[in-house]
Amino acid sequence: MDPIIATFIEDNIVPKFNYWIYVILMMIGLYAMITKNNLMKKLIGMAIFQTAIILFYVSIGVKDTAGIPIISHHGSEHHQGATVHSESGSSSEEVSPVKVKNNTIDKDKYANPLPHVLMLTAIVVGVSTLGLALAISQKIFKSFGTLEEDEILNKLRPGSQ
Amino acid sequence: MLSATKDFPDWRDKDSPANEGTVSSFYIEKTEDLTKVPNMVTAVLADFRGYDTMFETIVIFIAGIGIIAVLRNFDEPHSSSIQRENNDEGGGLLARFTCSLILPFIQIFSLYVVAHGHHSPGGGFQGGVMLGASYILLALAFGLSKAKERFSERRTMIFAAVGIFIYVGWGVLCLLFGEEFLDYSALNSILPGDAKMARSYSMLMVEIGVAFTVTAIMFSMYSNLSTRGRLSKGL
Repeated sequence: MDPIIATFIEDNIVPKFNYWIYVILMMIGLYAMITKNNLMKKLIGMAIFQTAIILFYVSIGVKDTAGIPIISHHGSEHHQGATVHSESGSSSEEVSPVKVKNNTIDKDKYANPLPHVLMLTAIVVGVSTLGLALAISQKIFKSFGTLEEDEILNKLRPGSQ
Repeated sequence: MLSATKDFPDWRDKDSPANEGTVSSFYIEKTEDLTKVPNMVTAVLADFRGYDTMFETIVIFIAGIGIIAVLRNFDEPHSSSIQRENNDEGGGLLARFTCSLILPFIQIFSLYVVAHGHHSPGGGFQGGVMLGASYILLALAFGLSKAKERFSERRTMIFAAVGIFIYVGWGVLCLLFGEEFLDYSALNSILPGDAKMARSYSMLMVEIGVAFTVTAIMFSMYSNLSTRGRLSKGL
């Protein structure tokens, strides 16, 4: 392979391939929404577009060292509380380093929760809009007998019938 | 847009602006301190961003009402009952048997996802969608009329409204106890535990409200879309 292309791929595509996929998906969706004549295909394009945005946000929140954003030592909560009390009562040297580590939360160990929350919202709103759009297109099909945009416009034009 | 990707941070970069930002760090570091909830996503969803989720639930509710307003056909009330006898048999024997086996497990698991959503992956939306899907599966296997006997249209809308009512009412309850809207720590006088546990319990209540609405609207969406609003016969 040409070394220029190889370095380009190594520097620009491999570390940022999530953005490449998101841009490509988004453009597929946009293309479908703009150029397709069928309303159902437009809706599919819209769904792909939304998926691209969701991929973008969620991939931003990924960290190299992180797991799911759920604090894993929650089960030993009462135990920790007891430790803290004894710590304030007696000397603090007795507290083992493990427990000290448990009490502080290393934020590199947890994935960023904020994009997940935002995308949960986006998914739900996407389902709502998709459902409503399907309902409206069913209504359009019932009254026009077609889902092709140009035929609908022809029927809407005054004097065509 | 592709040429702009080289200005974005690398994938899995833990020092990217989005991951280093003060808001995300605050959520990660303070969630358990402030709310005693280990699942940060649920905590952020139901507590720190309570308004967002509340109006999101209302968006689903409005979408469900919109579908009914667009599609629902209230004419011919008796012809639908005749059709019900004739056409609505659902799936075959194998589908019915399999569904009757797995439906209870789906429903119990979805209730678990709702109830345990602030300790493990899950929450109101996820559990609600699963519960709604179990009713959709019932409608697919046994016919929509059978599912409608279990979960009638009237009951669907009541469930959806009750879900919203639980959420907003919980916020108003905080208001009555002298704090801001949806500031759950106000409720520690009526809930067991201290103010942090009150936030944890309140998240559970709010998630239950969300699950009510999502379940009802999912099933309502399916039954309206699959029958073109006549509600007489499923797919």
